[in-house]
Amino acid sequence: MAVSDSKAAERVLDVSADRRQARDRAAGYLLRRHHFQWPEALPWIVAIAAFFLFPDRMTFGSQVLVMIMFALSLDLILGYAGIVTLGHAAFFGIGAYTVGLGAARLGWTEPVSGLFAAAIVSAFVGFITGWFLLRYRGLTLLMLTLATAIMLQETGNLRSDFSGGYDGLPGLEFKPLLGLFDYDLYGHTYYLYALAVLAVVFFFVRRIVYSPFGQALTGIRENVKRMHAIGSPVHRRLVTVYSIAAGIAGIAGALFTQTNAYVTLTVFDFDNSAKVMVMLILGGTGRLYGAFLGAAVYMVLEDHLSKLSPTFWQFGIGLLLVLAVLFARRGVLGLFEDAGQYLKRFRS
Amino acid sequence: MPHFAIIAVSILFDGLAYAMFLFITSVGLSVTMGLMGFVNLAHGAFAMAGGYIVVSLTRNLGIGFVPSLAVAAVTVGAVSVVFERGLYRRLYKATDLEQVLLTIGLAFMAIATATYLYGPIPKSVPLPEWLQGDINLGFRSFPSYRAFLIVLGVVLVTVLWYAFERTNIGAKIRAAVDNRRMAESVGINVDLLFTLTFAVGSGLAALGGGLAIQLFGLSPSFAVLYLVLFLIVVAVGGLGSLKGTLMAALVIGIIDTGGKYLLAEAGGFFIYAITVVVLLIKPAGFYGRE
Amino acid sequence: MTAALEVQGLNRSFGALLVTYNVNLTLERGARRALIGPNGAGKTTLINLITGVLKPSAGRVLLNGEDITASSQADRARRGLARTFQINQLFRGLTVLENLCMTIGERDGHCNNLWRSAGANPAVIDEAIDHLESLQLADDALKLVRELPYGRQRLVEIAIALAQKPRVLLLDEPAAGVPSSESHLILDVVDRLDPDIAVLIIEHDMDVVYRFAKEITVLVQGAVLVEGAPDAIMSDERVRAVYLGQDGHRGAAQNG
Repeated sequence: MAVSDSKAAERVLDVSADRRQARDRAAGYLLRRHHFQWPEALPWIVAIAAFFLFPDRMTFGSQVLVMIMFALSLDLILGYAGIVTLGHAAFFGIGAYTVGLGAARLGWTEPVSGLFAAAIVSAFVGFITGWFLLRYRGLTLLMLTLATAIMLQETGNLRSDFSGGYDGLPGLEFKPLLGLFDYDLYGHTYYLYALAVLAVVFFFVRRIVYSPFGQALTGIRENVKRMHAIGSPVHRRLVTVYSIAAGIAGIAGALFTQTNAYVTLTVFDFDNSAKVMVMLILGGTGRLYGAFLGAAVYMVLEDHLSKLSPTFWQFGIGLLLVLAVLFARRGVLGLFEDAGQYLKRFRS
Repeated sequence: MPHFAIIAVSILFDGLAYAMFLFITSVGLSVTMGLMGFVNLAHGAFAMAGGYIVVSLTRNLGIGFVPSLAVAAVTVGAVSVVFERGLYRRLYKATDLEQVLLTIGLAFMAIATATYLYGPIPKSVPLPEWLQGDINLGFRSFPSYRAFLIVLGVVLVTVLWYAFERTNIGAKIRAAVDNRRMAESVGINVDLLFTLTFAVGSGLAALGGGLAIQLFGLSPSFAVLYLVLFLIVVAVGGLGSLKGTLMAALVIGIIDTGGKYLLAEAGGFFIYAITVVVLLIKPAGFYGRE
Repeated sequence: MTAALEVQGLNRSFGALLVTYNVNLTLERGARRALIGPNGAGKTTLINLITGVLKPSAGRVLLNGEDITASSQADRARRGLARTFQINQLFRGLTVLENLCMTIGERDGHCNNLWRSAGANPAVIDEAIDHLESLQLADDALKLVRELPYGRQRLVEIAIALAQKPRVLLLDEPAAGVPSSESHLILDVVDRLDPDIAVLIIEHDMDVVYRFAKEITVLVQGAVLVEGAPDAIMSDERVRAVYLGQDGHRGAAQNG
């Protein structure tokens, strides 16, 4: 390249300014997503508003928060890492029974430490099963995850003298929260408790998905062949996130037992695994808030419609799934994003 | 005859009947999954639809059980073509997840429709006299219905084996399962082939659904409850393998029956344990391609 | 001096079909070697064997003198073996920048970090932009890969491999599928590769091979037919026979 000296110097200056700018823009792009943005406050405002608006529906409200947390844990593995599982209820169930059996058989009735125990036990089971199962993909993985959940259920049934079987472990009692706040009839305490736990879990999940590790998970989802080729320890990454998601699902299950003071083996049902997946899909995968929207909308609709006619509700959910796959593959939040893009283009 | 031998023969007999039901219902699923890699969780819904058609024909129209089975198989087979051409076809290249969601959605809709039309209470079916009694073999008598299932199963296995291994179409299907691109490049119309096998497979599922009524009763939840079993048979046997499906059906049918005779409390534990063990050792199933 | 890459007696069969037969191949440091041969000769299979996508039935692969035959793909990549794919394998739903940052992050072990923000490491971003600039991709940094034209995607494919800072680079038809009006962009990049990197390129275009390669290996039916300097190869009777044969009986050669 024959360029005169002065021109070359000029270009270097230009380029370095350009470069600086390009770098800043790039860094800004990556950082921006990690920074808290104001629409993110919305779900929390709604959750707190619900506390004041529907004081007599707080038991139901806690169920919604539990399902949000469960869906969030699924989003980590399905939405970010692209692991398709039909047995995520396994970890919800483990968490639910860790707390349930702890209270019924060991007299461990302190709620917060119960959550920690549930998280650790579920994450451990997630680690063990994940280490074996996550080498596989497709139908084999679907069947293995499904079979794991049902085997846990059958094991519980086999030892129903210990687990309570399908009749469940009823009438569990837990100690007052932090030794201060007792369980009340309308579930106010537990609603706030569940909300606080959800906030902590959410903060944790949010950090993970925007970390380099989270980026690597997206890479595995997008193209696992390439991940191997660039030297990513894919199996280790998958087992790590699977264990974390299992731990969070376990916390959700533990909260479920604590708020209901009751648990049966139906928590391991295929229906439970399918339901949480449907919630997440309808809300939108791989975008954190899909879990909030999907679980909340699903639960509220189910609450209203299934009272009117469970048959039509089931039909409607089926139809929604078919339509979502055909026309809205990125869920309701995806639709919102598309609408936003469209509006932007329309305005400009 | 010693006690344990009687039990062993009983397990073998009941297990065989159960295995034949599993084989008939699952074989279509195995071939469609092997051919197109399509995860069809609505397969159980086709079986359920067949069952309800048999219930309606026998109860409301007074048609015989065996002709009803045939009508159900043909009807469901024909209707399934509409689904294949209209819906499934769009998703052959989609991800597992999308296929799972679409077909779960269809299964939910089918269950809801069945609940609406027939109610949630399990239905039974009137059997002709020759299927009602027992066959006495001296040391123990066996229900004729199960004997019928075994005979029918053996006949179907033979027919399918012949169609698969000895006919031109069978050879094309095997070629397409083995390597779709290669099959297309030598001029096999894989699309048409798939529609055909899908229809036959769904028809067989409907036949299985009709046969299941007498065994388990028929309620709308059949579509999901037994789907898991069909999927297990397919996964353990290996996608697209007739031999594998038969082997898996036999293993699962006999071991599950044995488990129920010997340790009823264990429920389905043995089936799932076998599934996990087989898939961990041979992830593609008995006869699947790695 | 130990060779950058050494393949010794490599065999691979699928069932009864032998797709790689007793292949020996050496890449010295800074080598520029082309791997040519008719369709179906097993060129991509050989790359898959070297990178660990496939396991050989027999033989050894040495990287800088160390036996990596039993190593995983990821382990080989971390030891400095990079490749591009014949058909793009990119993170299509992510931006070009993220494609690069991920590669650098995995290379340097940042991706073990679950806690800090992916955008908080300026060194990674700077390096990613450097790589993009050297391939004139910087303007596309914040675009999603799937929105780029195929030729640009092909460059990203190479950018990722270079961001691994490889010592051995295997290029599988880097200009395949790119319109000829744009292929010079890619070939320029190939020309300008760091002279320290040992490069093996699979290429069909003989002009490119001539321009780029200092040595050529001819693979036919899974076995090395002949290897040597470009001029010697081009005048070799056996090579001519294979290529003329391919023109004359294309179908037969393809099936081989």
